[in-house]
Amino acid sequence: MSTTLLSTPADEQVEAGYAARISHVSKSFGRAGRQQLVLDDISVDVAPGEFVTLLGASGCGKSTLLNLVAGLDKPTSGTIDVPGGRAALMFQEHALFPWLTAGRNIELALKMRGLPKSERRQEAERLLELVRLGGAHGKRVHELSGGMRQRVALARALAQDSRLLLMDEPFAALDAITRDVLHEELTRVWSETKVSVLFVTHNVREAVRLAQRVVLLSSRPGRVAREWRVDIPQPRRIEDAAVANLSIEITEQLRGEIRRHGQH
Amino acid sequence: MASTETTKPSGAGRDETSSEDSPEQRSGNDLAGLEAGLDALESPTATRTPLGRVLLGKAVPPLVAVALVIVLWQLAYSLNLKEDYQLPSPLQVGDAIRDLWLKGTLLDFVWTSVSRGLLGFVVAIAIGTPLGLLVAKVRFVRAAIGPILTGLQSLPSVAWVPAAIIWFGLTDSMIYAVVLLGAVPSIANGLVSGIDQVPPLYLRAGRVIGATGFAGVRHVLLPAALPGYLAGLKQGWAFSWRSLMAAEIIAHSPDLGAGLGQLLENGRTYQDMSMVLSAILLILVVGIAIDLLVFAPLERRVLRSRGLLVNR
Repeated sequence: MSTTLLSTPADEQVEAGYAARISHVSKSFGRAGRQQLVLDDISVDVAPGEFVTLLGASGCGKSTLLNLVAGLDKPTSGTIDVPGGRAALMFQEHALFPWLTAGRNIELALKMRGLPKSERRQEAERLLELVRLGGAHGKRVHELSGGMRQRVALARALAQDSRLLLMDEPFAALDAITRDVLHEELTRVWSETKVSVLFVTHNVREAVRLAQRVVLLSSRPGRVAREWRVDIPQPRRIEDAAVANLSIEITEQLRGEIRRHGQH
Repeated sequence: MASTETTKPSGAGRDETSSEDSPEQRSGNDLAGLEAGLDALESPTATRTPLGRVLLGKAVPPLVAVALVIVLWQLAYSLNLKEDYQLPSPLQVGDAIRDLWLKGTLLDFVWTSVSRGLLGFVVAIAIGTPLGLLVAKVRFVRAAIGPILTGLQSLPSVAWVPAAIIWFGLTDSMIYAVVLLGAVPSIANGLVSGIDQVPPLYLRAGRVIGATGFAGVRHVLLPAALPGYLAGLKQGWAFSWRSLMAAEIIAHSPDLGAGLGQLLENGRTYQDMSMVLSAILLILVVGIAIDLLVFAPLERRVLRSRGLLVNR
């Protein structure tokens, strides 16, 4: 286990008291004069080890926000602080490199993180074991099913050894059965690795199924509309009554937010 | 990409019921077993066709086509469509090639040309690759020389021969200059279009894992652009070979080693149609052989490893 490697960013997190701090972030696109405000004064903290979902309809800028936290783009105003450096990011598409095998994809992330060559193979195997793809090191990406690809992508994201994992609707393109299994898998990996997760989705039940805290964003521009703490104990199931009840409440609010846009 | 069944998530009001008897039993083993089952069900199964059938399917049709051409050729000869000195029979051309072989000069002609072609091609790669990278990634360079590079590709390289003779005289340098001017634009353009076609998602994924700057080029951009680059190389070789023949046909000098182009030109001066046709055949065979032995396997390997090769 690479506990020594894990400790440094984690320490920084504990010192700061958060895994990510998004404070008063606004983002607009377009040229001066014809700017469109996409995110408006968003403030969200993710505690170390916390699982937060950002929930919103289309046009709420949730992917934009993740890109900002990942450092792929800069906010127009406000600040984003990720103690311990770069965040890992998982996309809706697996985004694995098809010219590399599953294992090599992970090893490339390890290499970029600066892990010496002699340790990469073993660490890649360990991460594949973690997502229960033990024998898949030499498999080509196209030889894997959609669910397996997303698990390799999860392993690659974990290979960055970031204490903050950003997930941009990573299961949206999967069929319901696979998605259900991956929810369980993600919950397990999260509780084993103690990584902090900021998970974006438009699926209310998914948000409630996974998160400790659900942040609802309004659309155009994206603002924090409301937050819920989810106290249902893990492991949960998407069909659990408690999950369903909270989902109904959140859905009502979400529909209200969407309805507002039809009124003018 | 292999096809995977996908269902659009239907958002909030989705009804997902489970028929499980004991919802309390959610052990890790249970999940592992479920997952293993899903993986097995959803993994695409690939079967390879046996080698014998591949050979039968791939080798026989071209052989039939060649046989047909020879038969038609023989027919045209037998019907005396042209004078004998204008249209020799397949057998006479075969004899001409055999004579060259027996004289021991056949391989000299072929090797002189092939070695020139390959050396020129390798140098063209060394110049065209960084040039293509520069054009693809630096906006100013693209605006400045991108269109010129595309234009150069459509300029017949034989047009460079007079200029090259004036610059370098009848020397090997002159031949290489023509080959480079022919091949470099295709190789550079191939890389440019390869890079342009790289899905932006790969570049973002690369940046997320920290592959930026040179590491990004080396580990993400270039491998992602490889299929387009390879197509450019293939075309670059075709252009090298063509340019070389143009140069060899025009440039005659005792100082220059005699290649296939010179053989062809000799045939014309001696009015020896068998020699002319032999030279044409040899030029064609070398072109096909390089493609079949070098580029086709390379391309197949790259495409197959990425799951882009559909069994045809």
